[in-house]
Formats: sequence, C-alpha cells, structure tokens
Amino acid sequence: MSTLETKQTTLADYAPIVGESVIRQLERLAEPFRGKRFVHVNSTRVGGGVAEILEKMVPLMRELGIDATWEVITGTPDFFQCTKSFHNALQGDPVDIPERLLREYEEVNRRNAEELKDKLADADFVLIHDPQPAPLLKFIGNRKGTWLWRCHIDASRPQRWVWRYVRQWVEAYDGSIFSLPAFTQALPHPQFVIPPSIDPLSDKNRELTAEEAASAYTRFGLDPERPLIVQVSRYDRFKDPVGVIKAYRMARRYVPGLQLVLVGGGATDDPEGEAVLAEVREAAGDDPDIHVLVLPPDSHVAINALQRAADVVLQKSTKEGFGLTVSEAMWKHKPVIGGNVGGIRLQVIDYETGFLVNSPEGAALRIRWLLQNPDRQAQIGERAREHVRENFLLTRHLREYMTAFLGVHYGNRPRVELG
Amino acid sequence: MHPTDGAVQAPGTPEPFHIKDCSVVTIATGRHAQNLRELRDHLAAVDAMSIYSHFWLSRLQPRKADLEFSNDFAAWANGALHDDVLAERLSMVNPSDFADLEELRQTLLDIVEQRLDEKEMVPWARPGQRFDFLQAQVIVFDTGERVERPEQLAGAVRSFSAGSLFYHLIDAPRRRTDGLDDVRAWLAAWGLGDGPAARELAALDWQFLSIAQLRERVAAICAAHLGGERA
Repeated sequence: MSTLETKQTTLADYAPIVGESVIRQLERLAEPFRGKRFVHVNSTRVGGGVAEILEKMVPLMRELGIDATWEVITGTPDFFQCTKSFHNALQGDPVDIPERLLREYEEVNRRNAEELKDKLADADFVLIHDPQPAPLLKFIGNRKGTWLWRCHIDASRPQRWVWRYVRQWVEAYDGSIFSLPAFTQALPHPQFVIPPSIDPLSDKNRELTAEEAASAYTRFGLDPERPLIVQVSRYDRFKDPVGVIKAYRMARRYVPGLQLVLVGGGATDDPEGEAVLAEVREAAGDDPDIHVLVLPPDSHVAINALQRAADVVLQKSTKEGFGLTVSEAMWKHKPVIGGNVGGIRLQVIDYETGFLVNSPEGAALRIRWLLQNPDRQAQIGERAREHVRENFLLTRHLREYMTAFLGVHYGNRPRVELG
Repeated sequence: MHPTDGAVQAPGTPEPFHIKDCSVVTIATGRHAQNLRELRDHLAAVDAMSIYSHFWLSRLQPRKADLEFSNDFAAWANGALHDDVLAERLSMVNPSDFADLEELRQTLLDIVEQRLDEKEMVPWARPGQRFDFLQAQVIVFDTGERVERPEQLAGAVRSFSAGSLFYHLIDAPRRRTDGLDDVRAWLAAWGLGDGPAARELAALDWQFLSIAQLRERVAAICAAHLGGERA
C-alpha cells in the first residue's frame, strides 16, 4: 500500500473552461468538508480510468480545503486474478472463481485493512473504488466516518453468484455510487448515479503544440495524407478490438488507404491483457496499415496526439462501465462510433455526437459515412465537445461526489439547505 | 426614463434578491419498468418526489440537445415503447398545473391506464431500455451574491449556474405558497409584479428550453424591461 504524490492543477485553471460559477459552486459546497479527512482507496496507481480521475481529483479537493488523500491497496497475482474475474463476472461473463482465490481476496483485504487502519478508522469520509478493496469496511471494524462504495463497472447483468459474494462486502456501506441507473442493484442503502469524467487539463486531453500533435505521425509511421481511425483502450475482449479490425477491413474496401491504430496499455490489475493482445496481433496479420500499439501507462501526450490525428474515433465495446476514452475523443472534437452499451450511450447521442453501433458491420457503415461527409463530421465533433463540457468534466464529477456525501451525512433527506 | 424608475417610489425598499444555488445528484429508487403495466404499478407506488424529479432532472443531466419531449415518461414512451400517442399525451402534462404532487401522480396514472385500455397488447421495452425511477438529492446553498435592484437582474442572471436557474425559476413555483418563481416574487415586492417583465417570465415554457436557453431568455426579458445592460 502506498500514499501517492500527485501533480498540482489549480481550480483557477479550470475557470476558463467551465466558467467561474462552477468554481464558486465547488468552493461553497466544500465548506462543510473543510479540514475533514477524506480518503479515496483503490487498487492501482496507474492504468485505467479510476487512477486517472483520482490523480487529478485529489489535488483539487485539497485546494478546496479538504484533507484529502488517496490510498492504494497492494495485492498478489492471485488477488488480481480473482478481482479480474469479479470484473468479468459483474459485466456478465460466465466465470469460475476457485475458492482458493476468494480466500486470497479476503486475506489481502484483511492485511491491507491492518495497514490502513489508522488512516481509515478515523477518517470523516471514505470512498472505496470498485470491488478490489470493498471488504476493507468490514475488516476495519469500528469506523467513525461516512463510507461510500463506488462501482465503476457495468454491473447491469452480473453473474448472480458473484454479485451475491461482492454484495456481502458492500451492503454495510452508507451508500453506493454507480455510473448509470441501469447498473444499480438491490442494496439496503442509497444508490447514487454519478458518471465519471475526464480532466480537460491533463496531458491526455490538453491542447497540444503543433510539434506534439505532429509527433503521432512520425513516431508511429502514419501517413497524414490518408484517413485514420483510432481505438484507444486496454486489450480486453469486452472492448472488441478484433471487431474493430473487422470493421476496418469492411470499410477499407470503400475508403482506400484507410489506416487503423489500436492503442492500449496494461493496468497492473489486468492479467488477461497479454492473451487478448496476441489475438489482436493475429487478427491484424501483416497488414501494414493496422498499427497495434502497446504504450506504457504514462504515454498521455502520445495518446492525445493519436486521438487528435484521427478522423474518427471508435470505442466498439460490447460491455462498458463508462468508457472514458469516448469523452476524451469527443473533447477533441471527434465524432465517436461507440458500441451501443453501458455508459457509451450516455456520451454518444446517436446522430448528434456520434453513432451507436451493434456490430462490426454497423461500425464499418458509420466509418464510411463520416469519411464521406466531412462537414457533418465537423458538426458532430463540435456538438460532441459541448456535450462533454456540460456533462463529463472533472468539476461536475467532484461536485456530485460532495453532494452525495453531504446527502448521506445529513440523513438522506431529499433536500438539504446548507446554513 | 429608466424602466424601473417607477419602482423607486414603491413603499420601503425590498430586501435584495439572495442568489441561491443548488447541487443535484441522482439517486436510483430501485424501481424500474420494462413495460407499460409495470410503469403504471410503479407510478402508483413510488415516492411522489421521484415523479416530480422526472419532469426536470434531465435538464441538469446528460440528455439529447433537442428537447422533443417535456419529461422522462414521454421520452421513454417514444424512445423505448415506440408509442407516439402515449408520448404525445404525456408530453402535455405540466407539473406547474397541479397544486400537489398527488394530483400530478393521478393525472399520469389516468393517461397510462387509458392507454393500457386502448392497446391490445401491453407495450414493452427491449432489454437495456427499461425505465428507471430516479430521485434527486438536492443540496441548496446561498452563494452570498445579492441583487440590489431590478436593473441589475439581467447581468446577474447571465452568470447564474444551472443550479441557480433551476432553484429560482423551475423549482420555486412548487416550493412557494404563492406559486410564483423567485424572480417574479421579487419583482412583485418592487411593485413590478404586473409589469411586462413579470408577464413575460410567467409565459416562459421552461419545459422545452435547455438550461442555456432558459438563462438567455430570462436575461433578455430582464434586459428589455428592467434595463441595466444598456451601453
């Protein structure tokens, strides 16, 4: 377990993007939290959307006067194998999790609870992210503060026995947070619906210099004169990277010279990535215009440049908790072709900010349409950016977290007037 | 002559307009409907605040830019049940027309039950398109900002957050005993309750305006009739 040092971005930096009133709102809402200890806990420091959000959110909370920290639990390979299986099962994949792995899951949480006890037992507010550290609440025992469990996974149709197992750790929380109403489950406490967010000022989303933007072409051997489609996501079967290759092949018959970049990395809590990557490489074969990239977790500027270089961005997931890469691309004025699942449906409004598709054929059709209609491509891209500005930036996310905690803190009354 | 010069003669000086703001987060009630009969059953039993929330919550949440339907029930009837007749009927329900939320509930039930009577089969939604009954957790706070005089309103409204617009203009008529929004109530205190600004504010159909459109319309009405933004 480790306490993380995080980079500083100030609230004032966000004002030109979201407006002064949004910043004032955050400052006012934060008043009841001033000087209080607020702890986030998750299971990975790099890779994946949760770590990216916390890296930026925690410093903002500190700037608002909240004594916020971010703790990361440590685990064994068996622990992460178990939690990856949870992840798949909660997204509906049939899995068999040996009893041995469940015992390891519990033992790792027991050890982490022992190490984190001093920090968590007296904390005023605790936000536990995803199933990995969910049992900490029970193992900590006597706790003083308000604890919420944050589920970032599409748990709309979980494998029932796995959900029953996870539920036993979750139901004692004061409340839980899901990304979409459809993901909520029967639980004996308030279930808040809060979509995640992107940080417009992070290296992954900020405006790039001309030199940085051009680096995508030179570094990865792309031709700036030919159309480019990109999917950014870890190598995970639910992201359907092989389906993207199929769509590319169908579209390329009509769009000669089309290039495809699949870019992903690995998260430390995802042991399946290597196997999926091998499948993707096999599907790509020796096509020189399919670029299968594996980048280290800190390749934010490179990913930013690739998204900006793209004419169209895909996120053809078949299951998706939320899919932050969709908002990232939309923030860069890109129309997104997304799988018609989970949180993608909240971001991609069909025909307005992109297209929702249900098959490789559907993705190929929309690739062809967008590349043949550059004016509509630009119009959709503009709407996409404004949709993200209104709904999916970090400041909205932080405001809703504070609102949820205040609601629980004040007894779950539907309306609370702060003094 | 300034449009509000007459207001100076109003007896006493009204209290400044206290700009409040609110932050809203959605709560799932655990109730959801896959078909019209289930919608009816939940409408009959769900907390009335949940029903009310479905008339405005989507204004403050991600949604389509086109406000084709005025509430979530109508949008679901159209988008998931593909029942345009039901969607049109539900769209014409305005929560401001009802003295209390139980009357609003009963009106919705009447519309849904009538439609169930008319249909040979119960309309149903595909998996993934269920109707989730939601509720709102609202945290209200004073921004500390004040509007001293009516001619300052237009400028103030232009910097209202979405939460302030909701609180003072959409939510206020249900919260207040006089049925007015907070802006009209304050104008009335200045003796301008029957003036053109108040009349035009009363005629605003917020159900078909986005938050940005509502902000612009209210500011424009205030600027036109109360002044304050003249070069």
